[in-house]
Order: sequence, then C-alpha cells, then structure tokens
Amino acid sequence: MTEIENSERRVVSVIVVNEASVLSRITDLFSGRGYNITSLTVAPIPDSKYSRLTIVTSGSVRVIEQITKQLHKLIPVLRVYEHCDLVEKEMALVKFPITENLSDISALCGAYNGKIVNVSDDMVITMVADEPKRVDNFLSMIKRYNPKEIVRSGAVALER
Amino acid sequence: MQMSGAQMVIEALIAEGVDTVFGYPGGAIMNVYDEIYKQKDFHHILTRHEQAAVHAAEGYAKASGKVGVAMITSGPGFTNAVTGLADAYMDSIPLVVISGQVPMSLIGTDAFQEIDAVGISRSCTKHNYLVTDASDLARVLKEAFYIAASGRPGPVHVDIPKDVTAQIAEFDYSQSIELETYKPHTKGNPRQVKKAMEAIAKAKRPLFYLGGGIINSNAAYEVRELVAQTQIPAVETFMARGVLSYDDPQLISMLGMHGSYAANMAMSETDLVIALGARFDDRVTGKLSEFAKNAGVIHVDIDPASISKLVNADFPIVGDVKSVVKDMLEHVVNINPQRYESWRETIANFDELHPLTFHEDTERIKPQWVIKRVGEILGDDANITTDVGQHQMWTAQFYPFTRPRQWTSSGGLGTMGFGFPAAMGVKSAAPEKVSINFTGDGSILMNCQELMTAVEKKLPVINIILNNNYLGMVRQWQTLFYDKRHSETDLSTQPDFVKLAEAFGGIGYRVSTKEEFDVALKDAVEKDVVAFIDVVVERLENVMPMVPAGGSLFNMMLLEKKGSK
Repeated sequence: MTEIENSERRVVSVIVVNEASVLSRITDLFSGRGYNITSLTVAPIPDSKYSRLTIVTSGSVRVIEQITKQLHKLIPVLRVYEHCDLVEKEMALVKFPITENLSDISALCGAYNGKIVNVSDDMVITMVADEPKRVDNFLSMIKRYNPKEIVRSGAVALER
Repeated sequence: MQMSGAQMVIEALIAEGVDTVFGYPGGAIMNVYDEIYKQKDFHHILTRHEQAAVHAAEGYAKASGKVGVAMITSGPGFTNAVTGLADAYMDSIPLVVISGQVPMSLIGTDAFQEIDAVGISRSCTKHNYLVTDASDLARVLKEAFYIAASGRPGPVHVDIPKDVTAQIAEFDYSQSIELETYKPHTKGNPRQVKKAMEAIAKAKRPLFYLGGGIINSNAAYEVRELVAQTQIPAVETFMARGVLSYDDPQLISMLGMHGSYAANMAMSETDLVIALGARFDDRVTGKLSEFAKNAGVIHVDIDPASISKLVNADFPIVGDVKSVVKDMLEHVVNINPQRYESWRETIANFDELHPLTFHEDTERIKPQWVIKRVGEILGDDANITTDVGQHQMWTAQFYPFTRPRQWTSSGGLGTMGFGFPAAMGVKSAAPEKVSINFTGDGSILMNCQELMTAVEKKLPVINIILNNNYLGMVRQWQTLFYDKRHSETDLSTQPDFVKLAEAFGGIGYRVSTKEEFDVALKDAVEKDVVAFIDVVVERLENVMPMVPAGGSLFNMMLLEKKGSK
C-alpha cells in the first residue's frame, strides 16, 4: 500500500459520554483497525457528563475519513472533530541536574512559554507549553544540558 | 415496581415481545434461569452448546426480522458464544445476548468462571454493557434492543453479575430512552437522491449492486419495484440472495469470487454502479483498482463508515435503503428503460458465452445437482441455511431463491458449524416452511450435538450433507494454488452419519443415486423429524467460476467446456 507515503499528521477531537470503558472502546478501535495513535489526552469537560479526547494520529485522507466515521459509530461518542484550523498546545516537563547552566535553561524555557517550576537539592524541573512542533525544537535544544527525565503531555487542541 | 434483577430480565424480554430465547444455564446466570422456571409461558430452547444458542438466535433473527435473544453463563459459557457474536457482527444481525458474570465483589480476582466478557466482546459487538446496579437494568435492556435493531443492526451484549440479578430495585420499562449520542440517519438527502437518479437517467450501462442491507431494512419489495420500473440489470451479493426472485428478468446472478461470468463482467463493464445496502467486501470486488474501473458509484447505506471505505462514492447517500429507494421511485418517471436495451443484450451475450452451470453426470451425483433438485422439489416452500465451504457457494449459485429471508448463511465471518443451529432458529421463527440446511462433511461435525436440541424441541431441520470426504473448499484452493498438496483436508475417516442421527433420535439416510435422494428427501419432509441426508457426491468437484483472491473480477477461472480436458 502507498498509504504510508501519503500519510499526514492529523488532530482529531472526540466528545464522549463519561462512562466505564469508553476509553478502551476508542483505543480498541484504533488498534483493531490498524490506525496509529501518536498521542492521546483525555479529561472531563467541566459541568457536563462528557469528556474530551484529543488524539494525534496519522494516515492518508481515506484513513483519516475512516477514523472519524468509525469513531462516530461508537455509541458513547457524541461528536468527532477533525481539525483543520486549530490552536494546538502541548506541555513538557524536563528535569535537569542543578549543576547545569540554569540561566541558559531558564532563558530557553522562557522562549517556549515556560519556566523553572520546581527546585530541589540536586535537580530542577522546568515546564514549557507550546505547539507540539516547538516542543520538539525545545527538546532538541536542551539536549546539551543533560536532561535526566522528559515527559510530554500529548497535544490538546481547539478549533479557531 | 420492586423486583429482583433476574425478574427484570424476564419482564424486559416479555415487554420486548420476545417469544423465543436460546440459551444454556450455568452458575452466574442461575438467578435468571430460576425466574424462567417460574414462568408459565416462556419459550426457552436449551441448545447443547452456547455457540449454537447464538447461531440459533441469528437464524431466528434472519428469518423473522426480529431481534434474536440468547442467554449464557459467564466464563466458558461466554467464550463459547463469542463466535456467534462475531458472526452476527459481521453480517449485521440484530441480537441481544445476555450473559451472567461473577458477583461484583469477585470481579477482577480471577474468580471461578470469570473472564472479562465486555473486554472480549467489545470488538465483535455493536455495543456492550456491564450492568453494575439492578436499577440500570430496565434502561440498559431497552437500549440494547433499540441499538441492536436500529441503524445498521448488530449484536448487543449485556453482561450481568450474579449479585445484580439477585438485587431488588425499582423496575419501570415504560420510560422512553433518549440516546443523545446515537441517532441513526434514516432519511437520504433528497438532493443527493435526485442527483443520483439524474445520473442513472444519463448512464448507458448502469448496474444495480444489491446487498444484504436490503434484507435488513425489509426493502426487497421496493427494490423489486425499482428494478422492474427501470429495467436496469442487477447483481446480488451473497448476502442479498432472495432480494430479487431467481426468475426476475433483470437479475443476472450473484457476483464476486464465485459469481457468474455475466455478473462479474457486467460489474467490470458498467458505467454506473448503484450500490444498495452493499459494502464492497473483498470477496465481491476482487482487485480494488480494477473494480468497476470506469464507473461512477451511487452508494446508499445506513452506515456512513461503509461509504467510500474501499470504493469512492460519487453519490454518497446515507440512509435506510427502504426509505431511500421509496424516494428514488418518485423520480423513476424520468428514466427510460429502453435506453438500456443494448446493455441488457451485452449482458445476455455474456451469459450465453459462459452460463452459470455445471457438468451433469449420469452416474455420480454432482453436488450442484442436489441443490437444484431440492429447488425443484421444495422451491419456495423451503427456508435455506448453509454451513461454510463449497456447498455454501453452490447453494448461493444454484438454489432458486424466491423471497427475502428465505436465505441464511454465514457470509462475513464464514463460520463452519453455523448452519444447523441457525436452521433450528429459522424453523422456530417460520415453522410453516421446511427448514433445509445444506452442509458438508466437515462443517456438520462442528455443531452436530444440536441433533439433541432438534429432537427435544421438535425442530425438524433437514441437514443435507454434500459428502465428498474432503474439507472441500480448502482442498479446492490446495488443488488450484498449492500444487495439489492436500494438506490435512482428506476427511475420509468419517462417522456413520445415519447412525449418528439415529443415536440422538433423529433419522438418517445414506444416498448415492439420484433416485435414492428423491426418496430420502420426500421421506424426511413427511417424517417431520430432524434428519441427516448423507449424500455421496463427486469428490473433486470445484466451485466455478472463480476469481482467485486479489485477482480482477474479469479474470475468472471458468468451468472447463465439456470434453476439453
């Protein structure tokens, strides 16, 4: 198949009823039909019985269309948005040894909407929140400062 | 009203108008069976295997158009039923399957007969529930029946822990249900319908591609009307047999891997595919890039995910086939049936060139002959089921189907062992018809224990075993594609099928001539008891024509002309 060549990154948001095993219904659908999940975030929507999932996936136009249709078929799914024009943010937390150049690190974090958020005897933890591509950049920039642990949140997105 | 969870299950089934439940009791479902025991008029059919209970419910649903119901216990009871759930899911058969589960306090402890049933059934059901409180039961069961039967039908699984069936709670089944997240779209977009009809009026070589969705939506008679008024040729999928009567002048035949030459050539030459409730399955399309290569596509389906999944639709219409075809009929005056005259001639020529037929033999019985013969003798008086394999394809090819819901077979999943229990379900839904199950010497052994159910419940299914001492379809592929290396497909070691039937109290016949077959069939119909007719047929007969897997529809292996060997 040439599907992989035409594969493009897509962000899909899914509004689901908050109920037992709804997340497995979604992830089973992806694994059962051979779709990719790059990242997935989920949290309840305030003051409602729904949750919102943001799924970063990839595939050809046909695959993405199938993903949205198949998601829609699941009974607890209220709405599926396949985003085109969106604001997208992702958070990353990175732990550095306190012996590294903190002013450099702090300045870099500042450039990516972040800062140092925790300091302990031997480590500092920094937080950045930016577009996923920019988070990629940040993470490659800070390699020289000997990061000990990195965690990314996965993307969240809203249509403009 | 206050009652136990088990009582609620019974009350819900009664409220839904369920007249037959197929099932098998066990530890975790005992509370419900205890309630069944207390009922005066509750028709429960005890199958001898849980898989058979679900297949019987499928047969019942297919023949009646109602939701089939099966009931089983936890653990192995449930896992035995999974094949049935998957089968119903693939063929869009409406079922509600209720399983017992270990008590809530034991869930997750690897308790005796515990398995994560909803975890397993999630990928082979339309929806499923684990009920954790008896006060949810009325809503859940009501939703289950609604979801199973509406939209694209399918099986719904309801798993109920043992303590929930014992729990006393309020039960009110009269509450209407509101599913905000599930609203199937049944009415086709009127503008799309109009555009589609304009495209048909302009097409030179349009072709109806009729699918099983027509049966599910009870739209066969509307479709017959549309076909008659437009006089556009039609092909049926395996699942759609009986939508048009076999003698309908516009019906070419079944298409696909074992479709007729004319049906597959028509699909290859058409300039407009009119797909009604069909899903472009790989056994239908063959090589996708060559499928109906120069044609536009109108695709009517209730499931949006079926549209443009494999073949791009130029006129996608999401809706119930029955409703859409009714709308199409309103525009039918703009279509001139004369326009397609030369196209019909082209197809007639295809059919003349390579008709769907087989080589008769004066001595040995050809399996196709048996099917044609049953068609001649019983025809419309019989409902037909099959197992899976060569006999299944021959039945789809050669039985003279006259009406929808006459035909029940495992299409999507291809489940050997489906036919006999499904035929019992068909018989219980339509007792006035003779229930025939065409089967093979491989398939019949996969659920032959159901002889006991059929004897006990007086379900006189006639199983016609086309016995070639082979796992025939696999043998055919080995002959054609594996250089005749017949690995593990020789079934020469066989039971005595006559004695087997008799051991359960049924009746058995062993038949090796055409005369004997006629006598046996006539006798079995008269005796009105479950029967095995073991027919010795030509061993090495192949199902032809054949489109090799992944090949193009127009590249068929054809029946060798007589004497050209």
